[in-house]
Amino acid sequence: MKAGIIRFPGSNCDADCFEAARDAGFEPAYLWHKDKTINVDLVILPGGFSYGDYLRCGAIARFSPIMEAVFEFAEKGGLVLGICNGFQILTEAGLLPGALMRNRGMRFICKFLNITVETNSTPFTRLYGIGEVLSIPIAHGEGNYFSDDITLNELKKNNQIVFRYHGENPNGSLDSIAGISNRRGNVLGLMPHPERASKLLLGSSDGFRLFKGLLG
Amino acid sequence: MKVFINVRLKDAVLDPQGAAVKDILTRAGYDFVKDVRQNKLFEIELNGETAPVQLSEIADKFLANPIIEEFKISR
Repeated sequence: MKAGIIRFPGSNCDADCFEAARDAGFEPAYLWHKDKTINVDLVILPGGFSYGDYLRCGAIARFSPIMEAVFEFAEKGGLVLGICNGFQILTEAGLLPGALMRNRGMRFICKFLNITVETNSTPFTRLYGIGEVLSIPIAHGEGNYFSDDITLNELKKNNQIVFRYHGENPNGSLDSIAGISNRRGNVLGLMPHPERASKLLLGSSDGFRLFKGLLG
Repeated sequence: MKVFINVRLKDAVLDPQGAAVKDILTRAGYDFVKDVRQNKLFEIELNGETAPVQLSEIADKFLANPIIEEFKISR
């Protein structure tokens, strides 16, 4: 299975995602933000500061040429994983509902914390137990998830809240949301960095099964 | 010709930047400041006449995120 990691100008977690995907058994390749076609089984939008996070985080990357192909890929049921800035791009693009706003405490937070797996009926979490607590780092200034009440109720009703912060809510996220999927379950966005917790040498390997599980 | 598009967070949405500015003003002794909301103002130079609907489109599609923000166009 092939994994394509999109490089936007300002992406900086692309190499980490490449390694995590490779270690899980994918054949990884980099995709360029100007590419017009995608020929992989999994698309990863990595973290970073695409286009300098000008305007709003992810707002400019969302209009990159490759995004048309990402829309089409997701529409056909292809697996799309957005991590951190990648999550922000997916919400700006409308592939996931809601928005990510400035952290409530105004600070950029970079640290390991615990998140809970809320559902394992997505391809991304099928190797985890429901309620399992994972140690995975966050590194963001704008991870404060927001949506209106109608959207939040939809997310709950359709089991789309995939990860929640466990204990402390670091950024003020609505309902402690750390990651959500689309209704169909083939698009996932999360603020924590599973690729930075993909082997014990990095401090935790709790994120590894996310990549492993996608091999089906 | 120039137009101004002001983008602000909706009232229901917390504005941590505005709150931080309000805090520093209060700490500096300006106790008459009750609240601060930080907005973004875009100054846009136009090539001649432009239909208002096109300006709304720019604002709605690019400059503001309608989930959390609202905009106002002025000349």
